[in-house]
Amino acid sequence: MTYKNPPTTPRKSATFDDYTLSEIRRAAATGIYDIRGSGAKRKLPHFDDLLFLGASISRYPLEGYRERCDTSVVLGTRFAKKPLELKIPITIAGMSFGSLSGPAKEALGRGANAAGTSTTTGDGGMTEEERGHSKTLVYQYLPSRYGMNPRDLRRADAIEVVVGQGAKPGGGGMLLGQKISDRVANMRNLPKGIDQRSACRHPDWTGPDDLEIKILEIREITDWEKPIFIKVGGARPYYDTALAVKAGADVVVLDGMQGGTAATQEVFIEHVGQPTLACIRPAVQALQDLGMHRKVQLIVSGGIRNGADVAKALALGADAVSIGTAALVALGDNDPRWEAEYNELGTTAGAYDDWHEGRDPAGITTQDPELMKRLDPVAAGRRLANYLKVMTLETQTIARACGKNDVHNLEPEDLCALTVEAAAMAQVPLAGTSWIPGKGGF
Amino acid sequence: MPTVDLSKSSLRELNQALHDIKPGSNETSWEVVNPKGSHSVAVGVDQPVSVDVRGSVGYYCAGMNNGGTITVHGSAGPGVAENMMSGTVVVKGDASQYAGATGRGGLLVIEGNASSRCGISMKGINIVVHGNIGHMSAFMAQSGSLVVLGDAGDALGDSIYEAKLFVRGKVKSLGADCVKKKMHPKHIERLQKLLDAAGVKDVKPEEFTRYGSARTLYNFNIDNADAY
Repeated sequence: MTYKNPPTTPRKSATFDDYTLSEIRRAAATGIYDIRGSGAKRKLPHFDDLLFLGASISRYPLEGYRERCDTSVVLGTRFAKKPLELKIPITIAGMSFGSLSGPAKEALGRGANAAGTSTTTGDGGMTEEERGHSKTLVYQYLPSRYGMNPRDLRRADAIEVVVGQGAKPGGGGMLLGQKISDRVANMRNLPKGIDQRSACRHPDWTGPDDLEIKILEIREITDWEKPIFIKVGGARPYYDTALAVKAGADVVVLDGMQGGTAATQEVFIEHVGQPTLACIRPAVQALQDLGMHRKVQLIVSGGIRNGADVAKALALGADAVSIGTAALVALGDNDPRWEAEYNELGTTAGAYDDWHEGRDPAGITTQDPELMKRLDPVAAGRRLANYLKVMTLETQTIARACGKNDVHNLEPEDLCALTVEAAAMAQVPLAGTSWIPGKGGF
Repeated sequence: MPTVDLSKSSLRELNQALHDIKPGSNETSWEVVNPKGSHSVAVGVDQPVSVDVRGSVGYYCAGMNNGGTITVHGSAGPGVAENMMSGTVVVKGDASQYAGATGRGGLLVIEGNASSRCGISMKGINIVVHGNIGHMSAFMAQSGSLVVLGDAGDALGDSIYEAKLFVRGKVKSLGADCVKKKMHPKHIERLQKLLDAAGVKDVKPEEFTRYGSARTLYNFNIDNADAY
């Protein structure tokens, strides 16, 4: 009988994992970097790393289903004659017609209306579908200025000057030629079928001093009626927030790196910008230092998924949150019912992110007339409304458990962190201690 | 003729008065005095009225003009006639950066020189500059025409789409994907109309060179990476 040495179990590198190896092979075969939609997919410190403490002897809770817990929020109270009054602190983020189909934009409007909140246009201008179906519509003022005109500016309910977005702070965009239908081409003043670049910088202002003058112009054109939002990616949240306030914003929209995009380079999405969790406290600090917290409203976006995330963002000082990716999932994006077709595209339900290619089996991120028919805007709008209702109820559940009669009364003192990283970023104590990294304690 | 004196009235009062003009109003000729470099003078005009601004203005004068005829009897700061939809804007002096940026229609005439990024991202506007223009002009210009009687600075028409550029003088350098093109009779005709509309006399279209897109960067191709 011969003795065999016991074999060593094959061991894969944590550094060169399966995804990394596949990406090296793909790059070597094609010579092109990977472009995809969605936001950062890597594991990041996030709201899951925080917990609410709940009520105890020193704090008493409110009765669920009985005692009132307000969720309404008013956006744009600083300068605008007509601030937005929303029933819930969850808005729908900017997503472009072009990137999304007309029925998808309609569904977002229907869902938001039913829930009492706002939707937002995107690069490409305002469509009749979204204006007609959105009671409260925020009109994005983007570097490309595709579709920009004074009539739409005046029939918007608020105007969002987009400086950056969380998935790609410092980056522009590109809508590939295959998604440029006659209608999209016409709205963007470009020939059909060619790639349409969205610039990374505004064409007629540079820096915060110019931005202040640009905002003055927009206010003058709209007779100071509309709230002006400034949207920034999660780059330098303290200074970006402070400069947005200085430039005259009514509302600051802060989008962390988990926030989605229609398309950009994978390397950009995963390696530029800060996690949403890391952005909130510096932004709130800037508002507090300027004496503008709750006077200039803060909307946080990037990876908001449920009422717990909403409650945590509000507790850290936000006035509202915004959802994009989650809203698309509620409409039907990445639904396993289309698994066979996802497989044909070389992916699987839950991982599909080639939103820029226009072949979305769910019929949402496409301009293909046949695929578009798959989305019933009425039914999809109802799903979004249901989802928003659940998120709101969840937020209220947590707020009541912490003894708050308004979800905006949640505060950092209601939270603890599960990890040292999250404790440092959110500036709340590590669970079981009074230690906030960088703030003393033990 | 209503006259608004910006040393006595606020900018808000001026623009609100212009926005309150109803279709068919008899008050079709306005005068603004003492602008003293104010920003956002006569922005968002939405009726076919004329506004004569007696002096120089700051940023974004005549921004988003839709049908008005706005004349600056002086020089204009950055972004004059930005995103103009229709109508006419005339600057008797010089214009700073981003003149006519993203304009969709109408005619912008600059009787002096224009600084950098003139006609950036233009989307249908026609711009006639009697003097010279600065660098990066007509960057990502989508449609419309830019006519320059003098010289153009560096990187003219970088990443240009379908806009047409006509330069009478020298071009310091062309930007990515912008090339010299042949003048066909239809271009001569188009240019003559623009010169006439801009009140340019004693200059012939044949004296200009046409520039436009080589269209090699219209669809992403990794082999073009060196061009970016």
